[in-house]
Amino acid sequence: MGARVTLALCMASLLAACSTTGATEKVASVPEAPADTPYPSTYHRYPGTPTALVGATVFDGAGGEIDNGTVLFADGAVVAIGGPELEIPAGYTRIDGTGKFVTPGVIDIHSHLGDYPTPEVQANSDGNEATSPTTPEVWAEHSVWPQDPGFTRALANGGITTLEILPGSANLMGGRSVTLKNVPSRTLQGMKFPGAPYSLKMACGENPKRVYGNKGRMPSTRMGNFAVNRQTWLDAKAYAEGDRKKRDLAKETLAGVLDGKILVQNHCYRADEMALVLDMAKEMGYHVAAFHHAVESYKIADLLREADVCSAVWSDWYGFKMEAYDAIPENAALIANAGACVVIHSDDANGIQRLNQAAARAQADGRRMGIDIPDAQVVGWFTLNAAKAMGIADQTGSLETGKMADVVLWNGDPLSVYSRPEKVWIDGALMFDALDRKRRPVSDFELGQPGEGDVK
Amino acid sequence: MIARLLLGTALAACAFPAAAQDFVVSNARIVLGDGSDPIENGFVVVKDGKIAQAGAGPAPAAAVTAIDAKGQWVTPGLFVALTDLGLWDVEGVSESNDTSPRDTPFGAALDVAPAINPASEHIGISRAGGVTRATVTAYPGGSIFAGQGALIDLGDDPDAVQQARAFQFVVLGEQGARIAGRSRIAAHAAFRNALREASDLAAHQDLSAAEDPRMAGSNTDRPGDVLLTRFDAAALVPVVQGKQPLYVAVDRAADIRSTLALKEEFPQLKLVLVGAAEGWMVADEIAAADVPVLAQALVDLPASFEMLASTQSNVGRMHAAGVKVGLGGFFGTTDYPRWAPQYAGNLVALNKLLGATGLSWGDAFAAISSVPAQISGMDGEAGVLKPGAHGDLVFWDGDPLEVTSAPMRVFIDGVEQPLDNHQTKLRDRYRTPEPGDLPKAYEW
Repeated sequence: MGARVTLALCMASLLAACSTTGATEKVASVPEAPADTPYPSTYHRYPGTPTALVGATVFDGAGGEIDNGTVLFADGAVVAIGGPELEIPAGYTRIDGTGKFVTPGVIDIHSHLGDYPTPEVQANSDGNEATSPTTPEVWAEHSVWPQDPGFTRALANGGITTLEILPGSANLMGGRSVTLKNVPSRTLQGMKFPGAPYSLKMACGENPKRVYGNKGRMPSTRMGNFAVNRQTWLDAKAYAEGDRKKRDLAKETLAGVLDGKILVQNHCYRADEMALVLDMAKEMGYHVAAFHHAVESYKIADLLREADVCSAVWSDWYGFKMEAYDAIPENAALIANAGACVVIHSDDANGIQRLNQAAARAQADGRRMGIDIPDAQVVGWFTLNAAKAMGIADQTGSLETGKMADVVLWNGDPLSVYSRPEKVWIDGALMFDALDRKRRPVSDFELGQPGEGDVK
Repeated sequence: MIARLLLGTALAACAFPAAAQDFVVSNARIVLGDGSDPIENGFVVVKDGKIAQAGAGPAPAAAVTAIDAKGQWVTPGLFVALTDLGLWDVEGVSESNDTSPRDTPFGAALDVAPAINPASEHIGISRAGGVTRATVTAYPGGSIFAGQGALIDLGDDPDAVQQARAFQFVVLGEQGARIAGRSRIAAHAAFRNALREASDLAAHQDLSAAEDPRMAGSNTDRPGDVLLTRFDAAALVPVVQGKQPLYVAVDRAADIRSTLALKEEFPQLKLVLVGAAEGWMVADEIAAADVPVLAQALVDLPASFEMLASTQSNVGRMHAAGVKVGLGGFFGTTDYPRWAPQYAGNLVALNKLLGATGLSWGDAFAAISSVPAQISGMDGEAGVLKPGAHGDLVFWDGDPLEVTSAPMRVFIDGVEQPLDNHQTKLRDRYRTPEPGDLPKAYEW
């Protein structure tokens, strides 16, 4: 049974493999990767036509909502957004969005597509270098299989235009993330988001101590987790303060964090552990961009606001491991209510197809306890807030003039179970159209196999 | 210590179980659960814990408690097929997890009923999500037979198990292959041998009158070369005799065909297909065989080589071909029973997509209520507002299939259920995160 197999693999992934930490709004202005970065992005936007979306309800991702809005984009960028009075220049293709909704492209800050692809076979399971508790030297981009069919489902059903692929959470320091444009490509480089900063994936709690405790080595406890982390940071600081001439892949990543060029995405469930990590970050001189899977953020939402750390969360996953036993569905609303940053994430090849639904569910759970968060702000949970925590908010995540034309036209309210992406543009190029059977990517893996090109 | 505290809370909550009340609900948007459209301004009469009447129009006058639903949606309780409710507290804490009996000589004889914990947080949380009845199965461990599943209600009382040994569950796809000897060939041989041994046993001993054949008859009259324990063989007697449904988990179109063909060898089998991710490719054959299906709604990834053709349209296409198909398979971490309405709602959403096949709203609701109830042997008794059915009602604050909606009141067998649990108490404690004059631990 697929369900059972999937279950087993999901559990393996959750319990041993999946974790990341987050970025913060403060780090949004991270400089672009240096030109000498190896494995550079070769992504170039695909051709598009100047397009005017008219008549739809527009959520701009930054908290704005325009009824009967107009969104103009051309040459890969947002040209303007406004109301019905906004003039449409000559040469624009006009798309009637009456009764429909427009949002920025959906962004998932926590995905393992490509490094834990489908089919979920051991031969392609490349998400955790679980041979040492600290592997900051590994880069997720060297594991990503661009032919993972999951990318296409995330596009078609989830409106995903950008996603951060993280190493798993077996290790305290799992390695570097890679941020991708959700555009099919022969190569990983062809998907790399140009100029996106790297993140270092870190993990608290149960996973590292279990994985290495079971191997009879440190860490086997939470105190061991911290000891290994701190010593590793101290060694990295010594390296960073030196001449850095001897190449050391692990320390180069950590030095990048200490320099503020590489963000930190920290898988961490429990409130007390997040508070300790905040102190460790202070002690060592780095900033946590986001805590991921932060199911207990609601207990310390005030501390997270003060520390300017985002919480990347599910709507209501519950009880699957000890550190998720106090998860509550009102988590996101309580975080937002305290003025801290909420990001809705998936960590799942299915969940990534429904981040909008997860956000709507979390919003409604808040409303039932008297916390009313406007729809336009909730849309930011899966667009601009994710971009901020990934350090790419100056390029995408909201519909602002000059930003990348990453746009979803939904066939109904995106905060409803009954709505799906009707069209998805990435950098102004139409990459998915629910009303055109051929405007749907089919990965090499699926070609010529049962179900090829089906609606999925 | 935490466990002790939680137990105390549960005991306090259960100290005064509410009694079933007769009552009439009026002014409700009624969903019957039988696939029909919602009824504006309808009513429901509950008497002696059962549905006495439901339909359109004003409620009949009666000298019982009247509840004005004020236009709220009122539906039958959700019936969620194939869950692991009550079998684990924390999935990753192995000592709290009974889902996977592994190091045991038994397979088909395994019976989940005595292990089910009605006080499990997951039962309470699922109840608060509108789930009033469910079937529960273990996962297969050392045998392709996962054993015998149970039918439960989610009432806040000690009597969860409504029917023990309600079905037998076997896996014959990749998972069965792995267990039986790393090959489907081994799984099919193990399966046939098991049924043969059960037939042999039944031929030598009449176990047909036994409520639990495992416990009847004797250990004599078995040849020396059997593979199954007698306990396992006896457990399969009701399966070969067609008295206990056999749930077969298969996904690949070819595996589904092989499963349907079993009826030629074992004509008595009452088959139910579970999973059937590629069912849409053989939907006509499934319909012709009159075999019902419990499928997952939103599987659309080629997660394995046996589900390359998976699509969210699977359920809709099978339904359109005349297959009786309900949602089933809500296990563990990523498919919570309380998410059943979201899954059903997504099937409605498919109707707007070119090339996709969804369900109507009424059929989508039926796929998480009356249809799985029927498949689970509760035809007309659960998942439906019909005279004689269990008095399971849910009042919702909006369209029950919408992600933004939630139950406001839940009744099981006419008894109003508490909806508070570990999560709601944490929510209330941390309404503001900062402690007051005393630590948070004093707020309870």
